[in-house]
Amino acid sequence: MEAEGIRRALVRIAHEIVERNRGVGGVALVGIRRRGVPLAQRLARSLFEITGRDVPTGSLDITLYRDDLMRQAVGPQPVLRRTEIPFSIDDRRILLVDDVLYTGRTIRAALDALIDFGRPRSIQLVVMVDRGHRELPIKADYVGRNVPTAARQSVQVKLAEEDGVDEVAIEDVAEEGGSVPAAGGGAP
Amino acid sequence: MSTALDAPGTAEGERPEPAPRLRSRHLLSVGDLNREEILLILDSAEAMKEVGTRRIKKVPTLRGATVVNLFLEPSTRTRTSFEIAEKRLSADTLNIAGGTSSLLKGETLVDTARTLEAMAPDMVVLRHSASGACHLLAGVCDARVINAGDGMHEHPTQALLDAFTIREHKPRFEGLKVAIVGDLLHSRVLRSNILLLTELGAKVWVCGPRTLMLPGVERFGVRATTSLDDAVADADVVMLLRVQEERMHGHFFPSRREYFTTFGLTAERLRRARPDVIVMHPGPMNRGVEVASDVADGPVSVILEQVANGVAVRMAVLYLLAGFETNEGTA
Repeated sequence: MEAEGIRRALVRIAHEIVERNRGVGGVALVGIRRRGVPLAQRLARSLFEITGRDVPTGSLDITLYRDDLMRQAVGPQPVLRRTEIPFSIDDRRILLVDDVLYTGRTIRAALDALIDFGRPRSIQLVVMVDRGHRELPIKADYVGRNVPTAARQSVQVKLAEEDGVDEVAIEDVAEEGGSVPAAGGGAP
Repeated sequence: MSTALDAPGTAEGERPEPAPRLRSRHLLSVGDLNREEILLILDSAEAMKEVGTRRIKKVPTLRGATVVNLFLEPSTRTRTSFEIAEKRLSADTLNIAGGTSSLLKGETLVDTARTLEAMAPDMVVLRHSASGACHLLAGVCDARVINAGDGMHEHPTQALLDAFTIREHKPRFEGLKVAIVGDLLHSRVLRSNILLLTELGAKVWVCGPRTLMLPGVERFGVRATTSLDDAVADADVVMLLRVQEERMHGHFFPSRREYFTTFGLTAERLRRARPDVIVMHPGPMNRGVEVASDVADGPVSVILEQVANGVAVRMAVLYLLAGFETNEGTA
């Protein structure tokens, strides 16, 4: 999936958001760090082009809510980044944005984190790639592309803001470990 | 220390990168931390500070972890600061204070540690009147040990929160003039701050009465003077140290009034500093001894910010140390 594919997928998702929410009144975007943040910002621009309205946009770091912090006995802690949600999420429809949906554990953590900020009217999930292999009952509301993968493969969404280029790369990872995703990387 | 960072027009991207992890499972001395590890702690503290601005000031990060606050010397602000930090991270906390502990009944620190060990705490935060007590404790127990002040040796989290506070006001540490004024001899805050600020590239001056000067302090790469005016001249930061009369066995200066006349920071004397100077104090303050009230309460004072930042910095330290193996002494 190349730059043009990512662009088109985002525009389509923006239209779906507007249709499903009947506009963008009461809607806010929250991107999950890291790559959900530039995706959320791009969606905000698309939504502005479609509706002429600014949609509040924030960023969420889920590290402090991970379910493996006190379990992984060995290894360094994932790097903390700032959470910035400069608006009240109470009674809003929150669009949670991430790059890759995989086990669902990141989204579980993000839901817990969001609930600590207030009581949104609803939370909808936007992902650029759904690669399957869910370990929790979580489903995306808007998907850029469904990509069937094997557990040993790695899926990376690269974005110009973070990586200098827009593309979705699927690579075979060297054996070993299997289902355990690398700490701090992509989507645990 | 890279001097290229001093060059004007240095791009944002060339900021020194923080370390990916801490190398030690304990925080005993600032001397054990390199510049990249210090930056990792300060960056993590920035994220932690945001947690303190939320309506629900609590995250589940250390759920299930037990932290013992073993404070065998009086302390209010450091102990409460650690306790708030632990609670905000959802750890279970247990406070043991000097007055209530068996140490008064003659038990040694090592025996107390072994007793605690049987309760399997994940971390012990220790404040002790003897320098080196934390190193001793780290040697005999499996828990991670955080030094919350040991005798006249070190107070690492205080120096880290001071650096965090400075960083919120000053764009960079390189070349910053920091004047540390007061009771140098008895101050663990001074020792930790000298190690930390010089590692980050600041120019540190220390100033105090000859009787309270730290012998050989210049070996740490700082300038020593007995002239407050010289120390304060063009300073970016003036950090005051408390006159610790409880640690003084003997006469170090004639009277508090005389100390204030010679070393007390007043608005008048502060005029020699840079216009954007900030004034710091680790607390508790002796008003009218180290500092005049109008300075302590004035616009250049960041003393209350230091207290607020202390919680964020301690959360960062607790979080980063929690990433290490807990048991069975393999580390």
